[in-house]
Amino acid sequence: MAHEEGQASVKEVTAHQEGQRHPIKIYLVIWGWLFVLSTMSYLVDYFDFEGYLRWFLITLFMLLKAGLIVSVFMHMFWERLALAYAILVPPLLVLVLLGIGALEANYTFLTRVLFFGA
Amino acid sequence: MAQPALTNTGESLPRPEGWQGIAADWSSDQRAFKNVSWGKAMIWIFLVSDTFIFSMFLISYMTVRASTTVPWPDPSEVFALTIWGTKMPLILIAIMTFILISSSGTMAMAVNFGYRRDRVKTAVLMLATAAFGATFVGMQAFEWTKLIMEGVRPWGNPMGAAQFGSSFFMITGFHGLHVSVGVLLLVIIARKVWRGDFDRNRRGFFTSRKGNYEVVEIMGLYWHFVDLVWVFIFALFYLW
Repeated sequence: MAHEEGQASVKEVTAHQEGQRHPIKIYLVIWGWLFVLSTMSYLVDYFDFEGYLRWFLITLFMLLKAGLIVSVFMHMFWERLALAYAILVPPLLVLVLLGIGALEANYTFLTRVLFFGA
Repeated sequence: MAQPALTNTGESLPRPEGWQGIAADWSSDQRAFKNVSWGKAMIWIFLVSDTFIFSMFLISYMTVRASTTVPWPDPSEVFALTIWGTKMPLILIAIMTFILISSSGTMAMAVNFGYRRDRVKTAVLMLATAAFGATFVGMQAFEWTKLIMEGVRPWGNPMGAAQFGSSFFMITGFHGLHVSVGVLLLVIIARKVWRGDFDRNRRGFFTSRKGNYEVVEIMGLYWHFVDLVWVFIFALFYLW
């Protein structure tokens, strides 16, 4: 049944009439991928990867999962660019706060080591 | 009495690709989001603000974790469970992750069936989503109980840096609140769908306005966002 519906709504993916209509199959495939990616990020911990490899893998799987959820489940892939950019660009500014936080943390750590001799 | 010329600027106009198209959409005297209703635009703006709130939590967590001189407790150990005699690291959190992802899957399909006017399937899938969500909150309550019994408090814990407790309760607590509110909203909207409110133009009890199936998609956006936040919490708090 899902297959027939898939056939019927292929053109609606681009036409975009009332609301977001896509074949159910897309969601099932993405669901499967999210399971695979989550398993892989769990295995990073299970097999005790350490250091930069661990950080790299965790961040990679995290961003891939986030990308799939936002673009397909939240339909951002099919939205007009004017909306996508209005929503996705401002959170990038968080990176500035991230940088400030990292600098501040290093500085605090240093002063704690120097003055409290921990 | 000259009538002002009415121009409908809310429909999809042909636009060039990329930045030029965005600039054209955002130009004066127009509705910037052509084919997006006010409801969807508003939930997106709410979600952006919520993104900033959770970013603040996660970045302050990074800052306190990087600046403490006391060793950080190993999440892999703290959240390990012994199941049938084998010690599984982080297993509860992994199961919670799979549950939340599954709830996102059922929610996405509910939105789809909503736009197909399949009342029963939409309501059932939304209730399934709510059940997954409630399970998630239940497991979180179990996890909190376990940690509190082990002596973890917002101001200190026996395993290491005191900031572990404050970050943990603040971040997972705020996320759990989001899931709980989502479960409530899911049940309310599933009831409306089940009753056929959106097919018979029944007016809502609070706003007295007629609803439509788009509210299912708006609900879905919120729910997927909650899942999205968990992706970041799982990676940055539990795995890092």
